[in-house]
Amino acid sequence: MNALPDASPSSGRPTGRLANNIVHFARTLRTAGLRVGPGQVLRAIEAVEAAGLGKRDDFYWTLHSVFVNRRDQREIFDQAFHVYWRNPRLLEKMMEMLLPQVGVPALPEDRKQLSRRLQDALQPGRGEAPREEDGEPPQVEIEATFTVSDREVLQHRDFEQMSQTEIDQALRAIAHLRLAVPLRRTRRYQPSRCGARVDFRASLRRALRPEGLIDLRRREPKLRPPPLVVLCDISGSMARYTRMFLHFMHAITNDRDRVHCFTFGTRLSNISRALRNKDVDFALQKASAQVEDWSGGTRIGQTLHEFNNKWSRRVLGQGAVVLLITDGLDREGAAGLAEEMERLHKSCARLIWLNPLLRYGAYEPKSQGNKAMLPHVDEFRPVHNLDSLAGLIAALSTTPVGDKRLAQWRMDLRKSGSDA
Amino acid sequence: MSSPAPVSIDATLELLKSGDYIADRSLATVLYLALKLGRPLFCEGEAGVGKTEIAKVLSETLRRPLIRLQCYEGLDVASAVYEWNYARQMIEIRLAEAQGVHDRGQLAADIFDERFLIRRPLLEALSPHTEGAPILLIDELDRTDEPFEAYLLEVLSDFQVTIPELGTVKATQKPIVIITSNRTREIHDALKRRCFYHWVDYPDLERELEILKVKAPGAGERLSRQVVGFVQELRKLDLFKAPGVAESIDWATALSELNALDLNPKTINDTLGVLLKYQDDIQRLQGSEAAEILRQVNADIAAQPLG
Repeated sequence: MNALPDASPSSGRPTGRLANNIVHFARTLRTAGLRVGPGQVLRAIEAVEAAGLGKRDDFYWTLHSVFVNRRDQREIFDQAFHVYWRNPRLLEKMMEMLLPQVGVPALPEDRKQLSRRLQDALQPGRGEAPREEDGEPPQVEIEATFTVSDREVLQHRDFEQMSQTEIDQALRAIAHLRLAVPLRRTRRYQPSRCGARVDFRASLRRALRPEGLIDLRRREPKLRPPPLVVLCDISGSMARYTRMFLHFMHAITNDRDRVHCFTFGTRLSNISRALRNKDVDFALQKASAQVEDWSGGTRIGQTLHEFNNKWSRRVLGQGAVVLLITDGLDREGAAGLAEEMERLHKSCARLIWLNPLLRYGAYEPKSQGNKAMLPHVDEFRPVHNLDSLAGLIAALSTTPVGDKRLAQWRMDLRKSGSDA
Repeated sequence: MSSPAPVSIDATLELLKSGDYIADRSLATVLYLALKLGRPLFCEGEAGVGKTEIAKVLSETLRRPLIRLQCYEGLDVASAVYEWNYARQMIEIRLAEAQGVHDRGQLAADIFDERFLIRRPLLEALSPHTEGAPILLIDELDRTDEPFEAYLLEVLSDFQVTIPELGTVKATQKPIVIITSNRTREIHDALKRRCFYHWVDYPDLERELEILKVKAPGAGERLSRQVVGFVQELRKLDLFKAPGVAESIDWATALSELNALDLNPKTINDTLGVLLKYQDDIQRLQGSEAAEILRQVNADIAAQPLG
């Protein structure tokens, strides 16, 4: 950490320029997704005034105390701070009341770690930022690298980074999710005007008021969504959807309680804990570090076996609903898949299979995996066009394939089975 | 009168043994710590490894009352902590009216009195007992929902409950708390943090033999060794539900009831239902696989004659 020049009066009032800089910094944070309002900016200026600008460390924690109010905002703040206030010369100049400098770039080796949201937040300011007297070379370099790294993100399908727009879209989309699963009646009660049961406790307390007759209070059972277990295929054949599914799992994990997420390809990974992190980038970063079989082969039978033996009893209690996302293309010729599907089906309240890899309207269960799985699902949702999270959520919220059609497929399967 | 708590880990082992519970050292250690430091013991493990039994044995050997709270979904304060006796309260109100009592404050004080309080397990455990602090067994905590778990936090850290009409009840002697869970759901870290955690594992061969000797004395030495050997092999297989200690005890008892002195493939096939509780597992084991395991077990026994 660089100490600021001693010359700076530690008790100095933040002047117009510093205040400007804090406002710009706050704006950067806001664009990067932190909830920073004008009230906080005022408090920040006050706080800096009170704490003084003696040391960079103090300055960091002063701003931190005002702008960060949730644990998961720390990383973004930390990055933003170091990018924004990195250049000691900038601080120096700021002290000398030079122009604010928005979007002073990070050194190249830090670029990769920079949150995409922060890049987005810094980028618009980059063009507008007042230039230095001599065109600094790093700026030019950065301009190039930002675009390149963006392109790389797409090429590698690097789902670690989400832009703020995408996050907003995801939140909006997830609000529309209506799984066709009835709410579960719990054995807890809530007050109700016309519930079937009398709430004696509330009635008696009520009876103590000076009104004469005992007025009966009533109650009814509370309803609650059942636990949700998502089993998501991340093998090569599903690779183009993986990022979206992870995004979906993160959004739904943070939207309701009792959600467990697993990924499987050649092995099974439980990424629920990683996804519980509120910040989507860090959640997915943690998840991707944990999973080792991205875009590899698929061993559905074996991974389901592992799930059944190791996890089913731990996560499928209390009427859980399982959402199985896979194309059913199994590298091992669906060995043991039917048995494991049957076991899974018997252990959960409802098994929903979402099959996303169908481009054509006329779906027929052709592959061995599909044939083995189809008899053991409650609800089947082949999706023909899955480009966005909104599309996925719409697919989950519409009515599933009708029972008749499902029954027809199953009958065909049985027939072809007996012929063979 | 209650016995004093054990003074060392070895004493804890002895204590459990005197109650016919053959524990391993790790369990004795954590139990000793829980007793010594007055913190709850949180036991997790597969079904049938003797989690609940720990509390029962403690209650017997320490001669303390056992208060058991069986958890289920929707367990609420009314059935876990306390409830007012509404019928009696209503009668009290009617009587008061008949006597012409009109002071409502007095009436409220009368009907929310300890006389009308029904004590449920948690409140009972915090109340003073003449035999010393009771053992509170909170069984299968994973079956409740999260709100109840959150409620337990106050009870387990401060050993007190609050009854709005009466005030706070604080335990004069801390109860010895044993919590068990089958892991049908993860218990929140906040609750685990307040407890000593122990994963109750399947016993090894020697310990399981010892357990059978105590718990199924009817079975002969050779039969016991075969049973334990067979069950230990089964646990190595990739079964949906491996047999627990309770199952081996049941099986040994069942076999001795059938006057079997020696295991053979036919007896195994006939009695497999005592050991395995899933049709898939039974189907897999029936026939050649069971015979193969038995052959191996017999070979092992032959290689190591009785000591």
